[in-house]
Amino acid sequence: MDIKILAESFDPWQEIKQYQNSAKKIKGKVGATSIFVGTMRDFNEGDIIKAMTLEHYPHMTEKQLANIIEEAMQKWQIIDALVVHRVGNIFPDDPIVLVAVWSSHRGDAFDSSRYIMEALKAKAPFWKKELLASDDERWVGKNSDGYESRSR
Amino acid sequence: MSIKVRYFASLKEMTGRAEDQLDFSKSVTVKEIWYQANKDKTLPDNILAAVNMEYVSFDHRVNDGDEVAFFPPVTGG
Repeated sequence: MDIKILAESFDPWQEIKQYQNSAKKIKGKVGATSIFVGTMRDFNEGDIIKAMTLEHYPHMTEKQLANIIEEAMQKWQIIDALVVHRVGNIFPDDPIVLVAVWSSHRGDAFDSSRYIMEALKAKAPFWKKELLASDDERWVGKNSDGYESRSR
Repeated sequence: MSIKVRYFASLKEMTGRAEDQLDFSKSVTVKEIWYQANKDKTLPDNILAAVNMEYVSFDHRVNDGDEVAFFPPVTGG
């Protein structure tokens, strides 16, 4: 298991490749890898967003993410998991978060990666401040449930 | 009893401080700490609290040396 909080932009596919090459326990055992990558949009709540600043609570973030992965490992058969999250200045199309789960079977991989992502959204202490096209700044008030269709 | 209090994101801007170091002569709850540190400011409705980096309720009692944090709803991911 690894949790990385990065202040510089990252390539999620490179992170996955690097982790798979170094994690011996996933070799030969994995039948399913589920990957989620969250990237920055250039719009939110009807406004154009030029950039974002992501603040976090150092150490609590890692502690909460470790708790979340442990909970997922209790609920599903997971061989290994990797979570990478950005902090600092972020621009449209930049990756913000990577959740990768390795399992023997797809059900455990899909369901646990969804669980980790939703729990991260609810519990990991990160805060986004948006820079609008008008140069005004705005804190994001709360995370949505992840479905645009449900708000229509 | 010495308690470190930290503020994050919009709460850091609202209080104008990133942290406080407070001393108490008796046992106190998280809610009492907020009002001791921010006498003129009502506790915002949606605020979250953590002690030693785990979420707690506002009636949680703190111990000497604990780190208490107040912050708005989290918006990562």
